[in-house]
Amino acid sequence: MTSRQTLPHYVDSSRLEHFVNYEILGKSALRVQRWRDQWKLATRQPRPESPLNPPLRCVAYMKEIMSRHYLEGRYASGVRKVAWVTSGAPTEPLQALGYFLVYPENHAALCGVRRNAQSIAEEAEHAGWSRDICSYARTDIGAMLSGKTPAGRIPRPDVLVCCTNICQTVLHWYRVLADYFDCPLVLIDTPFLYHEAHEHEVAYVKRQIEDMIHVAEEIAGKSLDEKRFRDVMANARRGAGLWLEVLNRSQHRPAPMTAFDGFIHMGPIVDMRGEAVTVGYYERMLGELDERIERGIGAIKDERYRVLWDNLPIWFQIGNLSKWLAERGVNVVASTYTYAWGELAPMIDPDRPLDSMARVYLHPILNRSTGHKLDSMKRMVDEFELDGVILHSDRSCKPYSLGQIDQRDRLVKTLGVPALLLEADHSDPRDYAEEQGANRLEAFVETMEART
Amino acid sequence: MSAVAAIGIDAGSTTCKLVAVDAEGVIVGSLLEQTEPRVELQVRRMLDELRADLGAQGDVPTVATGYGRKLIKQAARNLTEITCHAKGVFRDLGRGGTLIDIGGQDSKVIQIGDDGRPVDFMMNDKCAAGTGRFLEHTAARLGVPVEDLGKRALSVSEEEPISSTCTVFAESEIISLIARGADPDAILRGLHRSLVGRVVSMARNVGIVPPLMLSGGVAHNEAVRTMIADATSEEVIVPREAQLMGAYGAALLGSAT
Repeated sequence: MTSRQTLPHYVDSSRLEHFVNYEILGKSALRVQRWRDQWKLATRQPRPESPLNPPLRCVAYMKEIMSRHYLEGRYASGVRKVAWVTSGAPTEPLQALGYFLVYPENHAALCGVRRNAQSIAEEAEHAGWSRDICSYARTDIGAMLSGKTPAGRIPRPDVLVCCTNICQTVLHWYRVLADYFDCPLVLIDTPFLYHEAHEHEVAYVKRQIEDMIHVAEEIAGKSLDEKRFRDVMANARRGAGLWLEVLNRSQHRPAPMTAFDGFIHMGPIVDMRGEAVTVGYYERMLGELDERIERGIGAIKDERYRVLWDNLPIWFQIGNLSKWLAERGVNVVASTYTYAWGELAPMIDPDRPLDSMARVYLHPILNRSTGHKLDSMKRMVDEFELDGVILHSDRSCKPYSLGQIDQRDRLVKTLGVPALLLEADHSDPRDYAEEQGANRLEAFVETMEART
Repeated sequence: MSAVAAIGIDAGSTTCKLVAVDAEGVIVGSLLEQTEPRVELQVRRMLDELRADLGAQGDVPTVATGYGRKLIKQAARNLTEITCHAKGVFRDLGRGGTLIDIGGQDSKVIQIGDDGRPVDFMMNDKCAAGTGRFLEHTAARLGVPVEDLGKRALSVSEEEPISSTCTVFAESEIISLIARGADPDAILRGLHRSLVGRVVSMARNVGIVPPLMLSGGVAHNEAVRTMIADATSEEVIVPREAQLMGAYGAALLGSAT
């Protein structure tokens, strides 16, 4: 098997490189880029032919924040300690210890949006990884082997933190990473919940988080500062709470944003949960949404049908689907996926950080029963006054897709809302038949039309 | 002759159908041909022919459905087969229920409400097994004309089970069965059973609300009708012009606009 030495694209940076390229030049260039984006948005000519209203102005800030994060990643290795983490990993102590965090899943999603996930995943497939493995895993393993990434360069990990609250694939995926990078792997095992977590389950996860902190302290060469940790927790709570408010603004008619906007704007809460910049960003976004609501501006020009999206997005189709649906008066106003990063905000307690973290990281939607997800979807249909549900059956994400046939059936039979199972993949375009997908979507829209 | 109120076009993957209705929604003319590669040219010719036959003058509202619907420039609207088949069958049979449409390229199950609106649907559009193509393909291998398939399958009591769920592998299985000297009619019976098994399982997924109705070209196949009835213990009702139901629904939707 390939060893760390044969991955030449993982190189350390010097403090000078980090300072000059990131702190001085990079940040300045990205600020200028943001000004240009803001200017473009402010002077944008009306587009009467577009079914969508202009994008939110705050998108310019979001691009700056996310680009800054990825830019720092290029120069982080050798300057900051780096942790690669799963999307549901308890990262707050790592942030408090000053780690730079890499989310391979987010990176793979970026590859999906940029439409180069397939060519990168093929690098892994050529090295023997099966196409039946999650396309996120294949994309990241492909990026690791080849160095191909739209982010320029990803820093080598000093530690890997894998939490099984999202799926079991990560368990095997991170073992592969640990083998290649020859670095410590911290595994946090979260019992699957068919109920609210029992105290012994909370204690079990809490103990593992404490173990993670010990490993992370040792690698960082410093102890966790309690005050800093509480501050990160407070930011995490505030950021997630704001994100939840942002999403709930789409309960208004017309909804000021689409779930497709949500898929893009969720970047900071996924990658920078616990940072002050994330709190600031969502405050800004919420303000802009309220302004839209006050002026009666919807995300799409003619909102006739309001729809829920279940599962991850089809990253490589976000723009097309958003426009295609908007042309038919369909606004996807809510999604269970974006909600997952906000709905647990009330559980975060900065005064009981470890205990509340254990609870929070036990309760993500993917670590709970299919019945719980069905109840959440039913509640969202009611709260967002929805006319239909699209369940993306994601070939890569088995835990999210499991149970969707029954969930769809119950939604149709008990709530009487049209519900569509759309077979695709979150980032591998080879698993989406565009023509058949469009045909199913058209029939779904016609079924909603027939009800009115 | 009644005046033509609307024309429906079903540009399907195997056959292309045109139906004209009068203001009462009664079929006053129809055409059916094998689909040609340039379906838009074919439809133009068929439209001219139908209009000339019926003496249709001026603008006639036209709605298109089927896989080639977006190519039909003469149609004011295009709608999916789900909406059109539901409309056509409901008008023809006058009741809601569960409609199975087995077309050349896909198969669909549509639950039609008591008011005629489609309530729920499911499509098999990823796998040729479970579609008319499955029978066509294997019939060719056995050298049996498509229209004789059902009769031949019902003519024997023994059945060769076909375990492959894939059209291509089913063909390999048939070759092996022929090589072993199996009776071609028993193979055909097994093939029908396999197709029906797939379709019925999809119908059960949607939920079978009686009566069970069948449309599309495969509805003419008596073995499929009999086996669906056996598998579901439900009576299977077939509209008089099962193959025209999509175009008929399109025409009805055209006359309503």
